[in-house]
Amino acid sequence: MLIFAVFVFYPFARNIYLSMYSTPPFPNLPSQFVGLSQYGQVLVSHNFLNSLWVTALFVVYTVPAGLVLGLLLALLAHQKLRGIRAFRTVFASPVATSVAVASVIFFTLLNPQVGLFTYWLGQQDQLSVLDNPTWALVAVSVVTIWQNVGLAFILMSAGLQAVPDELLEACEIDGAKRWARLRHVILPLLSPTIFFAVVVGTILSLQSFGQIDLLTQGGPLQRTNLLVYNIYDQVFNQNNAGRAAVMAIALFWITLVLALIQIRLLERRVTYAN
Amino acid sequence: MGQVTLRGVSKHYGTVEAVRDFDLKVMDREFLVLLGPSGCGKSTVLRIIAGLEDPDEGTVEIGDRVVNDVEPKDRNIAMVFQNYALYPHMTVHRNIDFPLKCRGMPKPERDGLVAEAAESLGLTPLLDRRPAQLSGGQRQRVALARAIVRRPEVFLMDEPLSNLDAKLRVQTRTELIELQRRLATTVVYVTHDQIEGMTMANRLAVMNEGALEQVAPPSEVYAHPASLFVAQFIGNPPMNTVIGKPARVDGELGIETSGGQIPLTPGQCQAVEASSAESVAVGMRPERITIASSGPLPATVAVVESLGSEHHVICRLADDQEVVVRLGTDVPVPKEGARVHLGFEAGHLHLFDAATGDRIGL
Ligand SMILES: Nc1ncnc2c1ncn2[C@@H]1O[C@H](COP(=O)(O)OP(=O)(O)OP(=O)(O)O)[C@@H](O)[C@H]1O
Ligand SMILES: [Mg+2]
Repeated sequence: MLIFAVFVFYPFARNIYLSMYSTPPFPNLPSQFVGLSQYGQVLVSHNFLNSLWVTALFVVYTVPAGLVLGLLLALLAHQKLRGIRAFRTVFASPVATSVAVASVIFFTLLNPQVGLFTYWLGQQDQLSVLDNPTWALVAVSVVTIWQNVGLAFILMSAGLQAVPDELLEACEIDGAKRWARLRHVILPLLSPTIFFAVVVGTILSLQSFGQIDLLTQGGPLQRTNLLVYNIYDQVFNQNNAGRAAVMAIALFWITLVLALIQIRLLERRVTYAN
Repeated sequence: MGQVTLRGVSKHYGTVEAVRDFDLKVMDREFLVLLGPSGCGKSTVLRIIAGLEDPDEGTVEIGDRVVNDVEPKDRNIAMVFQNYALYPHMTVHRNIDFPLKCRGMPKPERDGLVAEAAESLGLTPLLDRRPAQLSGGQRQRVALARAIVRRPEVFLMDEPLSNLDAKLRVQTRTELIELQRRLATTVVYVTHDQIEGMTMANRLAVMNEGALEQVAPPSEVYAHPASLFVAQFIGNPPMNTVIGKPARVDGELGIETSGGQIPLTPGQCQAVEASSAESVAVGMRPERITIASSGPLPATVAVVESLGSEHHVICRLADDQEVVVRLGTDVPVPKEGARVHLGFEAGHLHLFDAATGDRIGL
């Protein structure tokens, strides 16, 4: 309880406190109580709205793609084939890779001079995609998807394991073809897992930080300035703890509301009384 | 036509031989029960017929065609699984409808068939429920409805009653038989419950350790078990067996046991001599033994169990072997600890070669 208080409640309260003080432009000047007025300012600022938009795009790019890929790989790995164990390990390995390692791998692959990807794409010696305002967010998303696929794969595999073999055999005898079996039996039975993966995936995506810090630092032109990175940037580079605190609270509410909406929406579709 | 023929079928998992050199012919419209102890390979045989498992060797024929390379859905069979394997997220209606839908049948036609199948099993009021909202017996009937709705030639059932309570099991037994007669289809029914086997089967196929021991009508299996295994597996309380050696006393061939000499009929004597068995297991059904003051086997009454309609008298022979005697309520029951003699008609004895388990004589 004490640990909880120190690491959760205190920062939370402190954050609310901070959000009501405007941070002075120069250090050492006393910060000033401005109450809720700072919220109005920050929440309509271009910087915040841009972050919000970029974050939304990022979630849309990463969550469904990661989920679908994870599901496909899990379906593939679930087949009774020789040597499938090795595949399972390979598919799951991104989870075990830290954000830092993944970022470095992709940073190298995308490097304009020596990167393999740039070589394949025939874009050698041009601007790295990470510096390209149009493609930077996509590139960062790809790294994130690659990272999240492992988790989605593990979740989906566990879900598939839980589908009773007898049901799949009943399908075989009833004459359900591959697609019908997937659509009418496997996916409905997997829906609680998928639902869980969507919620967790969204929260994870909203909190992405490491890959931005290592790959783009929010650039180019703030096109990858995700909320969490922006908060970090405000505190440590712009020295504006007040703004950061407001954004943190905004992020908290966004996450909470999204999760609640998802739970409401999806719960209705996935429950079948047991 | 709905006959099923297995020829030389075998299947192993790793080092386990689940099914060994299996030859079985199930007639059209027959109710055949595959009976055997747990783990003897009954389910494996059924799954091979269904096409859920490929045999290592041998051929499977359904109707007049070899179906080894035919997909389960094209074998014209339906299966009822032990746990029913209902789709939990579908209503009863959709569960029954699913096999028809998968076959691309138009909806009006499907609805008619589903309604008919549901009606015949009394499921009409339950069509909008999901499996979780049904009792075990109702689920079982949904599984049956899903099987019959396609009008398959052959029904395969794997212990379909084992999840029901005792009373419902008895009732459903009768319903299943009536259903089979009404639909005039072939049924291959797997169970480890000998009462189900005895009461439902046209013919019983008794299995042990992956191999067939005997295929015959239930009464025949009971009266003339083909092996020691079948003799001991069928019947409750099980058949008593006493081991002895063929020996002559006063020129008469009998079986000498450490508890006493067992006399034989002339036919049995011939068979024993012909078999050249060194050690013979003598089987006696509990209801064929009488308790008297004189007889070939002296014994002590150890325990008397009363079941209301009958008594089981557990006797101990001189060499400590146990023999159970079943007595009706109309004969006097001996007291525990009493010294008695067990008698029987030689004609009702079953003789087996104790080494191989094969039956000796008829
Ligand atoms: N998928 C499998 N992998 C390995 N061994 C198996 C497999 N399926 C069955 N076996 C083995 O094959 C043998 C026969 O199994 P089977 O399921 O046919 O028995 P059963 O007669 O149906 O038993 P029960 O009455 O308990 O259902 C058993 O020894 C079992 O352990
Ligand atoms: Mg079984």
